[in-house]
Amino acid sequence: MSQTLLERAAAPAARLMLVDCDVHHALRSPADLHPYLSQRWREHLKTYGSRKPTPFTGASPFFKSAPALSRKDTWPPAGGTPGSDLAFMQEQLLDRYGIEAGMLHLLSITGMDQRNQDFGAALCRAINEWQYAEWTQQDRRLKAAIVVPGEDAPAAIAEIEHWAGNRDFCQVSLVTHTIEPMGRRRYWPIFEAAAANGLPIGLHSSGSNGHAISPAGWSSFYTEEHHSIAISQQGLVSSLVCEGVFSRIPALKVVIVEAGLAWVPSLCWRLDRHWARMRDEVPHLTRPPSEYIREQMWFTTQPMDEPENPDDLRDILSWLGWDRILFATDYPHWDFDDPDTAMKVSLTEQQRRMVFRDNARSVYGLDK
Amino acid sequence: MSFPTTGAIDCDLHPAVPGMRALLPYLDDHWREQVVVRGIDGLDPSSFPVNIPANGRPGSRPDGGKPGSDLALLQQQALAPFHTRFGICNVLYGAQSVHNVDLAAALSRAINDWLAAEWLDREPRLRGSIVVPIQDIDLAVDEIDRRAADHRFVQILLPAASDAPYGKRRYWPLFAAAERHGLPVCLHAGSTFRHATTLNGWPSYYLEDTVAMSQAHQAQLLSLVSEGVFTKFPGLTVVLAESGFTWLPQFMWRAVKTWRAMRAEIPWVDRAPSEIIRDHVRFTLQPTDAPPDAAMMARTIEQIGTDRFLLFSTDYPHWHFDAQAALPEGLSPALVQRMLIDNPLETYPRLRESLP
Repeated sequence: MSQTLLERAAAPAARLMLVDCDVHHALRSPADLHPYLSQRWREHLKTYGSRKPTPFTGASPFFKSAPALSRKDTWPPAGGTPGSDLAFMQEQLLDRYGIEAGMLHLLSITGMDQRNQDFGAALCRAINEWQYAEWTQQDRRLKAAIVVPGEDAPAAIAEIEHWAGNRDFCQVSLVTHTIEPMGRRRYWPIFEAAAANGLPIGLHSSGSNGHAISPAGWSSFYTEEHHSIAISQQGLVSSLVCEGVFSRIPALKVVIVEAGLAWVPSLCWRLDRHWARMRDEVPHLTRPPSEYIREQMWFTTQPMDEPENPDDLRDILSWLGWDRILFATDYPHWDFDDPDTAMKVSLTEQQRRMVFRDNARSVYGLDK
Repeated sequence: MSFPTTGAIDCDLHPAVPGMRALLPYLDDHWREQVVVRGIDGLDPSSFPVNIPANGRPGSRPDGGKPGSDLALLQQQALAPFHTRFGICNVLYGAQSVHNVDLAAALSRAINDWLAAEWLDREPRLRGSIVVPIQDIDLAVDEIDRRAADHRFVQILLPAASDAPYGKRRYWPLFAAAERHGLPVCLHAGSTFRHATTLNGWPSYYLEDTVAMSQAHQAQLLSLVSEGVFTKFPGLTVVLAESGFTWLPQFMWRAVKTWRAMRAEIPWVDRAPSEIIRDHVRFTLQPTDAPPDAAMMARTIEQIGTDRFLLFSTDYPHWHFDAQAALPEGLSPALVQRMLIDNPLETYPRLRESLP
């Protein structure tokens, strides 16, 4: 086994207050949403359930590495699934690592990729009510994302406008597996509404759209599906840029969550090169694609990329831009990044503050 | 960088099939009649529309013809300027995308025989890649076995994306045939459009389809490694053509990290994916997707960690550089030497047979 695994960070991050840009709370069961659903949709949830373009009602076709995707030690002693017990999350994550703000991303049920769009919209509202009542109001360090039914722009905009101005919500969350490429115009009104309300779009890899997980088709293994996040997000970023989303909506901010980030520099090089040859096809892009990415996109660190030579990570972060990088743990999932040890290179004090706290404060407006 | 040597081996050239009429002499009676009676034509791949400037460098279009359709122009523009000793022809025409597998097989045979008769017979520096009907593995292997007897065919050609990831066992007979004949398998940029070019569906712009081809290559590489193809076929070499290589370091880091965590799922992968890739996978040079400066390119090459991975290519007639500026900044003279000559000779055993 490589030496790098055994190396520890030169300077532990513990004494700096952190912003964790990917924390997973969870429902104990879908019944947790019952108080926030109408009679009709409660019955629908019980009877028809969550229907997505996936083959199983109770599992992903790529069976994960661990039950609930989670570290064994994150199952709450009082019962329930990992991430479902606030007190245990406080003890195991927020207090232990000195986290001043944790950005919540709910994965266990989503409204956006429901095939019944009315149910999807009702679920999104219920999830947001539940997040507000049971999480962000219970611990002021936790910040929610407004979950929206992104395939139905008018409903998504209504959801954004319902919560906008409520500082418990710091971003708008769409699933990444959209039915059409993320930059296509059906999604523009959602981006415009988010930008108009000063909210970044947070894109945590999630959802189902019926498309194969790569241009090459369906893979066999979770090993591939896990890595495929980093591959497919390259297409998502390309779409946002090439469709002109950033050039058309200069105030828009987009955060890519849980895809790693070492793939970003080479994607930028490739986009810039081919844009230079084909810019007559995309006249709405007046500058190289990488410039839009560097100004309007941010990337969370987890799962932390681990070059063979650990120092190469510094090159990658520097090529991407220190102001683009947001630290994330992905608690309570199995591939959790420990704030004290995940970063295998020593950073300057200024770089540490930017990556572990200040960039997130800035992009999410936490100082306001 | 000026061009430093003679005897370069160009691993990605694209002679163009002018149209179905040109293939008629190479089809059997049944398919010749079907093609004529039904008007089957127009199989230029949507991955490479011929009028897009990137697909035809200035001056590469003969009067009324497609870029790459004229041997004299290819000799003058691709072979002469680089003092090329061998050039490997990858024909991009739609055989692998048709749904009728018998037609796919007939077209593959016709393309290969057309290439042999009209290009390889007329220009001794040219070599061929065997086009195979990948839609049906038995027919694909038949075509490899048929054409491999001609040692001017030096590899097997597959589109970067087709029905399923190539690591899957349904494709293993093809890798067995490749190993048996000493033929590398080239995954060339391009999709048969069985799946959308991105996980989010069909992008609006050709620019995005082009960029997405490196994602197809990444997914294929992950599949080939994860399914254990290189464990099962230790003599196999895979060439990834025309989708860059500067994405490789980050890909290997992620693949190794995921493998460390998940190797119980794929126990046949018995060493780090990065080691497997360095031993078995090669990349063509153009388009290079170079970083903004030479120092970053040099760092990227160091991160790739081997000087055996890179194969010279002009990608003629596709347009990625002007005049003779085929070499990006940041490659060491030693790497350039390996890329131009040594690596292609190592990768393609059949090229060595032609050396004096």
